[in-house]
Amino acid sequence: MKPHTLSILVENKAGVLSRVTGLFSRRGFNIESLAVGPCEEPGMSRITIVVIGDDAKVEQVMKQLNKLIDIIKVSDLTENERVERELALIKVTAEQGTSRAEIMQIATIFRASIVDVSPKSLVLQVIGETDKIDALEKLLRQYGVKEFVRTGTIGILRGSKIVSGGK
Amino acid sequence: MKTGAKILVESLLREGTEIIFGYPGGVVLPIYDELYDSPLRHLLVRHEQAAAHAADGYARASGRVGVCLATSGPGACNLVTGIATSYMDSTPVVAITGQVPTNLLGNDAFQESDITGITLPITKHNYLVKSAGDVSRVVQEAFYIAGTGRPGPVLIDIPKDVSTGLAAEVKLPDKVTLRGYNPTYKGHKRQIEKALELLGHAERPLIYAGGGIISSNASPELMEFATLASIPVTTTLMGIGCIPCHHPLNLGMLGMHGTEYANFAVTECDLMIAIGARFDDRVTGRIETFAPHAKIIHIDIDPAEIGKNRRVDVPIVGDVKGVLKDLLALMKKQGAHEVWLKKIKHWKQHHPLKCPTTDGLHPQFVIRTLSELVKDKAVIVSEVGQNQMWTAQHFCFHNPRTWITSGGLGTMGFGFPAAIGAHFARPDVPTFVIAGDGSIQMNIQEMGTVAANKIPVKIAILNNMYLGMVRQWQELFFDHRYSFTELPPVDFVKIGQAYGIEGMQVNRPEDVLPAFQASLDCDGPFVMDFRIEREENVFPMVPAGAAINEMIGGHPR
Ligand SMILES: Cc1ncc(C[n+]2csc(CCOP(=O)(O)OP(=O)(O)O)c2C)c(N)n1
Ligand SMILES: [Mg+2]
Repeated sequence: MKPHTLSILVENKAGVLSRVTGLFSRRGFNIESLAVGPCEEPGMSRITIVVIGDDAKVEQVMKQLNKLIDIIKVSDLTENERVERELALIKVTAEQGTSRAEIMQIATIFRASIVDVSPKSLVLQVIGETDKIDALEKLLRQYGVKEFVRTGTIGILRGSKIVSGGK
Repeated sequence: MKTGAKILVESLLREGTEIIFGYPGGVVLPIYDELYDSPLRHLLVRHEQAAAHAADGYARASGRVGVCLATSGPGACNLVTGIATSYMDSTPVVAITGQVPTNLLGNDAFQESDITGITLPITKHNYLVKSAGDVSRVVQEAFYIAGTGRPGPVLIDIPKDVSTGLAAEVKLPDKVTLRGYNPTYKGHKRQIEKALELLGHAERPLIYAGGGIISSNASPELMEFATLASIPVTTTLMGIGCIPCHHPLNLGMLGMHGTEYANFAVTECDLMIAIGARFDDRVTGRIETFAPHAKIIHIDIDPAEIGKNRRVDVPIVGDVKGVLKDLLALMKKQGAHEVWLKKIKHWKQHHPLKCPTTDGLHPQFVIRTLSELVKDKAVIVSEVGQNQMWTAQHFCFHNPRTWITSGGLGTMGFGFPAAIGAHFARPDVPTFVIAGDGSIQMNIQEMGTVAANKIPVKIAILNNMYLGMVRQWQELFFDHRYSFTELPPVDFVKIGQAYGIEGMQVNRPEDVLPAFQASLDCDGPFVMDFRIEREENVFPMVPAGAAINEMIGGHPR
């Protein structure tokens, strides 16, 4: 059982997301993260899904995904050289004083930016791979994480290879 | 400008639809009004489930797309079992449902249910049509998707305001192209060569033939391939009819209630060629011991079936008819597999299916009598349970599409309405439904449909006053504890009479043939209530979780 990052090119039509997620849920998969948005082609969207499952089961879901009429292309990025990123917003308790300074120091180390400041809290924005975001959140816990929001992973292949096209 | 309802009916005609099976209601009133004086034939059923099964039966018997129609909410929900049945057996059906007007969608409006949501996992595709201008394109696509590649049901949900809305004529393409839907028809040449290499080295090859052969109309190619290469053929429940029962290479059905010789052959073969079959658990028994000595060639149009349940040595994705043609074209002369065929012949002689000879009315005898009477001139539809297995085992099928049964879903209540649909596909031969007393009562209201329309479906009920197949499991595996499987006696002839259908109750073996003859002499529907031995079992049987050569109720080895 290991995480798989799937990149799915779909027609941007009503219901397409439930078609996709339904194939996971009926097999008892839990989706770790999900990101959807328009892509380079008009009328199309790209879905990035991270699931944890054994290889054979993930392969079966991919084949079933390929059968959906509104799905154009499914790729498992996991075995490829790729860039994966996620963006997170973290609202941390930060009273005036030492903790505020510490938090800002941590932010610098993680190359996170402070995107909102209030007397009692800071909002940090961080971009990176899942591990990095997890690590930052863990460090900030001691100060009190009031809210933690993340986009879900998106991924792209390195080099000139692309995930697209007719299937 | 035309209404969506008119465009719908015209589109169905354009696709060559002969008949639709349906039931009216509020939001489909505009569509029904269009049907009132349309050349498109409509059969009014008595329950929407029957409409879905009838469309399915029509599709299975004809190879064409079957169509059913229901209103929103309860009507649409009543189609669900039928749609799931056709999804599991990959049959081409287009189901049309009415929906509440678009401005009320999601409001829990009267008779609203999210039927596209409900049928998402049991359709090949579905549509919620948003404007009258989309109707003709959607119908064209739906027929294309349902009937090509691996066939399957497609649902079209049409809100009332789409039926009444106006749209101009849309110019449709001659051929549908969908970017996300391109089935692979042609098998990969290198894979085909690899398959032939394996075949060249095989000493004990076996063809495991499934419903894909029937849906691809590939029986002639299968027969040619099997005969030229001297390969015995065992069929799944869905594959029955792809090779004539009496053909020397035919081993009959494999699996849970398969023949002993088919299951022995599976266990001993060194090469298994699976064609349009999917290694279902009712076929394989314990999967680890299925064809344990065999290399596997798997030919299927659906890449998702390859390697799903069993590791495959040579996968060939493609339409089985075309792949078989390519195999034939490239095949060199093959060995005669004499030792293997001799062994199989020996098994066949010493392990035949048993037909009890004790006193009383035995279902196997009933089926064999019908088989000898009608020979290859009938379509046989079964319900689900022991009746289904006895028919699969003891009726001698000669041709594809003459055996119709719910395999994957095992839907009780499928048989009778499917037989109605089958009749419209094959009016040239009589259609029989072999039913159990339990199953027939799941859609017995369709007696109203056959009576009103004089549809000559012959209803043969193997009446054991039990949910027999479940009782059999209780007898064998639950210590004879018959928990809720006994059915009080029902006089089916009297029920038939109430609908105006002729019939006969049969208690003795000597009355079986006359009853079948009477059914054929009657030009309308006919009910036969066969009072069979109540606790007859279906044998041989592979207990759940056993290897398929570990059968009970067979001959000593
Ligand atoms: C709709 C549905 N409900 C329940 C079952 C489970 N089931 C399988 S066979 C069977 C008994 C069928 O009884 P009957 O129609 O009398 O046939 P018999 O086995 O007696 O020939 C049942 C209840 C089913 N297959 N389908
Ligand atoms: Mg019964």
